[in-house]
Order: sequence, then C-alpha cells, then structure tokens
Amino acid sequence: MRAAVLIALKDLRQRVRDKSFFLWGIVAPVGLAAIFSLLLGSVADGDSISTTFGAVDLDGGEQGRVFVEEVLGAVEDAGVVDGIEVYGSRDAAEAEVSTGALDAAFVIPEGFTAAVASGGETAIEVIGYIDSPIGTEVARSIATRYVGEVNGVGAAIGTVAALEGAMPSQADLDEMVSGILQISSPLRVGTIEAADKELESSTFYSAAMAVMFLFLIVQFGVLGLLEERENGTLNRLLAAPMRRFSVVLGKALTSFTIGVLSMTAVIVITTFALGADWGDPIGVAVLVLAGVIAALGLMMMVAAFARTAEQAANLQAIFGFLLAMLGGAFFPVAAAGGLVETLSKITPHAWFLRGLGDLAGGAGLSGIVGALWPILLFAAVTGGLAAIRLRKVVAP
Amino acid sequence: MAGNILEARGLRKTFGDLVAVDGVDFHIAEGETYGLLGPNGAGKTTTISMVMGLLERDGGDVVVDGKPISTSSTSAKAAIGYVPQDIAIYPDLTARENLDFFGRLYGMPSSTRKQRVDEVLEIIGLADRAGDRSEEYSGGMKRRLNIGIGLLHGPRLLMLDEPTVGVDPQSRNAILESVERLSREGMAVLYTTHYMEEAERLCDRVGIIDQGQIKAEGTRGELVAMVGGRDRVHLATTDRTEPAVGPLQQHPSVDEVTAADGSLELLVRGAAEALPRLLETAASAGVSVTSVDVVEPNLEAVFLHLTGKALRD
Ligand SMILES: Nc1ncnc2c1ncn2[C@@H]1O[C@H](COP(=O)(O)OP(=O)(O)OP(=O)(O)O)[C@@H](O)[C@H]1O
Ligand SMILES: [Mg+2]
Repeated sequence: MRAAVLIALKDLRQRVRDKSFFLWGIVAPVGLAAIFSLLLGSVADGDSISTTFGAVDLDGGEQGRVFVEEVLGAVEDAGVVDGIEVYGSRDAAEAEVSTGALDAAFVIPEGFTAAVASGGETAIEVIGYIDSPIGTEVARSIATRYVGEVNGVGAAIGTVAALEGAMPSQADLDEMVSGILQISSPLRVGTIEAADKELESSTFYSAAMAVMFLFLIVQFGVLGLLEERENGTLNRLLAAPMRRFSVVLGKALTSFTIGVLSMTAVIVITTFALGADWGDPIGVAVLVLAGVIAALGLMMMVAAFARTAEQAANLQAIFGFLLAMLGGAFFPVAAAGGLVETLSKITPHAWFLRGLGDLAGGAGLSGIVGALWPILLFAAVTGGLAAIRLRKVVAP
Repeated sequence: MAGNILEARGLRKTFGDLVAVDGVDFHIAEGETYGLLGPNGAGKTTTISMVMGLLERDGGDVVVDGKPISTSSTSAKAAIGYVPQDIAIYPDLTARENLDFFGRLYGMPSSTRKQRVDEVLEIIGLADRAGDRSEEYSGGMKRRLNIGIGLLHGPRLLMLDEPTVGVDPQSRNAILESVERLSREGMAVLYTTHYMEEAERLCDRVGIIDQGQIKAEGTRGELVAMVGGRDRVHLATTDRTEPAVGPLQQHPSVDEVTAADGSLELLVRGAAEALPRLLETAASAGVSVTSVDVVEPNLEAVFLHLTGKALRD
C-alpha cells in the first residue's frame, strides 16, 4: 500500500505539472456549466427559474376537471410549479411548449371521464419542452400516477357494479370517483415533490458537466499504467521491492484522487460562481464518491482491454461522452422514451443526476439509495472485469 | 556457494518456438564485475529480466545475496539495482525528482535519501542539471540518469543492460568510469554488451553468449588462450590466392591458412616478427598483397573462433 501511495503521489505531481488536471478537471466542467446555464437556463431572469405547466381539457367531464383543478392545483400549491395555464386546444398548448413558455403541457383526451367510469384504459398525454428535461419528467410522473390511480379506481367500481348486478348511474359514478380521488390526491402530490423536484438550471448543468468530466479525467490515472508499460518505467517499478499489484493499486488511487479533487473543486466553484445549489452536503459527498468509483471502474476496464495507451485514451473519451449523452447530461433523454430511455438507466450519469434531484427535493441520505445502487452496481461490474484483466498487464 | 552474490542455474526461456535462453549458468562473486558479451538477439536482456524476476522463466533458478528471486519476490529485489536497456525515466520530472521517487520506492529514509541523491547526481555528472526536466536532456544525459536510478539505493548487485548504446564517446567514457568506480567500491556488477572493448576493460570475467547459450566463460586471459594466443592476419590481394597457400603453410609460425576470393586469412604466432617474411613468401609465389590487417588476440577473435561470426553485423 505504501508503494501504491508513492506511485499515486508521483502521478499526481505529473498531472498537476502537465496541467491536464486543471484543464479537464476544473476549467472545462466549470466553463461549460457556466456557458450552458447562461445560454439555456434562465439565470439572467432572476434568482430561480420558474416552471409553468399547461393543461388542455378536451374531455370536459368530471374527471378532466378534477385533474386540472384538484390535482394540478395541489401541485401548484405545493410549490412544485409556479403556474398552471389552461388552453382550449391541443395546438395552442403545443405552440406554447415549443417556444419554451411552458415546460410541459397535459392533454386530457376526449372521453376521459367515460373511460374512467367504464373501467377502460385511458391516458393523459404530456407534451414536453426539449430543454426542460426535468420539468417534463415531473409532468410525466404526475400524469402517470394520476392515470394509474384513476384506472385502478375505475376498475374497482366496475368490479363492484358487476358483483351487485347493476351499473350505478353516471352521476353517482362521477361522485364516487372524484370523492375517492380527492382523498388521495394531496398525498400523491407530496410524494412527487420529494422524489422529482427539478434541479435549477445552473445546478443541473454544473452537475451534468461535473459528472461528464469526472469520467474523462479519471482516465488519466489508469492510462498511466499503459504509458508506463510503453515507456519502460513499468519494468523499473516492478524491479523495486514491492508487490506487482501495487502498481495497479497506485494507478487506481491516482484516478480516485483526481476524481474526488475535481468534483470537489467543481462543486465549490459552481456554488459560489454560478449559484448552483447542490443540496445536502453528506448526500452529495456520498453520490460523488459513488460516481468516482463508477468512473474508475469503467476507465480501468477500458484500459485493461486496450492494447495501447493511445487506443485506451480514445476509447475512454468515446465512452465518457457517450455515457454522458445517454445519461442526460446534454439533453433530456428521459423524455425521449423507448430504447434511449432504457439505455440511459444503465449510465451512472443518469442516476447521479437523479440522485441530486432527489437531494434538491429535500430527500436525505435514505432518499438517494434508489439512485445509489445502480451507480455502485455499474462500478462493481466494470471494476470487477478490470481487476481480473489488469493483473495480466503487470503479469511476468 | 559462499561469497557469491549471484547464482543463476539452468536459466531457460522460450517464446513460442524460439529458445531465447537455453540453459544459462553463471555466478558472480561479491565485488566482481561479470560481463555477458554477445550479439543482438543472443539472449542477454532475456537473461537479465529473468534474474530480476521481471520475466517468468521456463526453467532454472536464481539466488541473489542468499535469497531466491522469482517474479513474486518483493524484499529480495532490494539487493539488486536494475538498469534497463531502453531508457526508462519520467521525462516530465527532473533528474532529482526521478531519483527521489525511486529512492522512496526502495524505502530509503528521507534523511539518507537526500544526501544519496546528491551523491548519485555527482557520480552521473548531472548535478548542475538536476533541476531540469529530463526530457530536456541529451541522449547521453538520459542514459546517465537511467543508470543513476539503478545504483541509487546502493544495491549489492548492479545489473546494467547495454548501458552505453547510442551515446557519444565522451558520455560512454564517463559511464565506464563510473562503473569502474562502483566496482572499486565493492559493488558486484552484471554488465551486458556487444562491445568487445567494454567487456575487456570492465569485466573480471566474461561469459560469451550466443543463441541463448554461454559458449565460453573466463577471464580475458583464459578466453584468449582458447584461440591459442595467435594473431589473425588478413592479406588482401588482387590476384588469385591459391599459389600462395602452400608456401605460407610451410612457414614455421603459421598455424592455419584459409583462402578466399581476393584474400588470405592466417593464424600466426607472433605476427609482428613474421610479417615481412610472410609477405616475401606471398610475393615469390606470384601473389601481390595490397593491404595487411593484423588482429591481435582479443575477445572478438574468441567470439569469431567460437561461433564463426563477428560480434557486430
Ligand atoms: N517478448 C518476446 N517475445 C518474443 N520473442 C522475444 C521476446 N523477447 C525477446 N525475444 C527474442 O528472444 C531472443 C533474445 O532476445 P534478447 O532481447 O534477450 O536479446 P539481447 O541479447 O538482449 O539482444 P540485444 O543486444 O539486441 O538487446 C531474440 O531472438 C528475441 O527476438
Ligand atoms: Mg538486449
């Protein structure tokens, strides 16, 4: 272990000297976060960005009214959004969304109430603004949960009716359903708030750039192993009185340290310079550590399977950018749905950002467990493969 | 055996079908300088790598300072200083930082380390450039730093793998001088080279290695005696050479004559005295000699004798 620490200290000195740490670990993430928040966020408008949802009630029945007035009203009262605008047509709402005036809009389809009453399947459509991934995500989750519940209620009423041998009248039904929904909706909105509160844009971009560059900078440590093999110093290290695996440990330690230092620097700088609000420090620290370990696992795995340092560096950069993109560091992939959304769930980036969102919503350590374990699983799988393979790099 | 700092027995290494090292045995006594002299591809680096425990061997064993060395050895390696054939230094660190890093890695306490780094910088002649990044050094300076790292921790056995390849004569001389000095101070040295002069100058004993085998071993005197202490005389002619072969063979100081197209090779005892009469003999046989080359017995001649080829291609 002593030898590993010495090797890591030597590497850190080299990385500080060639300025790669400052460029990739601090300047690039902070710079890009600043640019993105200025361009895409509404930092210039005021202290915090506002979220506005639109609603279009094509149903005109009882259930549509309940959703718009009761549910969305409660969401607004709870402070999750700053305003709810009602529109007469889908096109009108969509136009507002496409300009970004609305973060997302709900469209309650024709026949919604009837479908609920008969226990049929129905859905509320959500139109999301491309640059408001989190707002869109919140809207989707409100709609999904509401519809899920409504469908459940509808099914239950249908079952009761079947058992009693008579269908209740339409008026009775409306009353029953809205009665049930009114009881449960405030509770539901409370849950939504805690889990999915959006990150303010400067915080979002700070976090997104930090985690993206985390993966890119962590490679410097493990790449060193291949570089030392190529310039002959690896043999020199192996000739010294220490265990062979200490070299691998040393490189991992370098990567880990670089990752933690970079994240810490970016968090501190963006907090003061961009007004980013990272949330509960302990929760953030835990997420950062998990993220660093995941980055380390991936980059060690790539280094272990590459033939040359150059090849490894290229692959690592590709993986770094690809996962950041899939993970939603640039644009909202969660709202894209389908395969992309599924793939994004593999990336530590997506879970890191989600964990931060949870923290921003007021969740404590226990609230981010759901985001932590996918990150750690990713770290375990990649790191495990790397450890097996890396033994070969230093094998006699 | 008592008094041996290194004992290597039956070293063997194959790469696929190629037998790179084929049953190499040698030992080095305390304070002795031992040379492995052989051409490119002879197996010198492979041998050193197995002694150092860097390369898994297919057979044989190595004991250094009484401790067996294998690829999983740790503390036993501290007795060895290793100078790889290819320069292995950190170009973005200064000479002092390079040395200091390896000093720490070898567990030198900081009190003695600083002093020893200064000492080594002096030995390798880099004291005045110690604070410059090593990427700014000349090839010879890099070579010297490469050596300095190996001897820093004061090993009992220093292994240098062709340490003078590609350096100017001045740097080469400086390197040879420092090896001589270390040897005088009692360090045992394993020195590989394909330069005959270096082996002759530095080594107490030399092992002549070719195709993975030590073909002969001994002091310079012992090895030269193998070619019978005879000089090799090369006569270049413009004529057909056969007419001179017979008369030259009759000559009392001539042991062997081989004729080739336009030249004659003779093994002669005391060439300096015999040469005028040899030229006369050739002339009277109708063969006129255009140039004469006399090679006194040396390791080159021994190598030629043992393998039938020159040390350098
Ligand atoms: N890793 C390897 N894989 C395959 N063959 C190898 C390997 N290392 C060495 N060899 C072969 O083993 C033989 C001995 O090589 P070695 O490097 O020991 O020679 P050497 O005496 O050090 O030569 P040089 O003077 O050129 O350094 C050569 O034929 C070489 O091609
Ligand atoms: Mg060699």
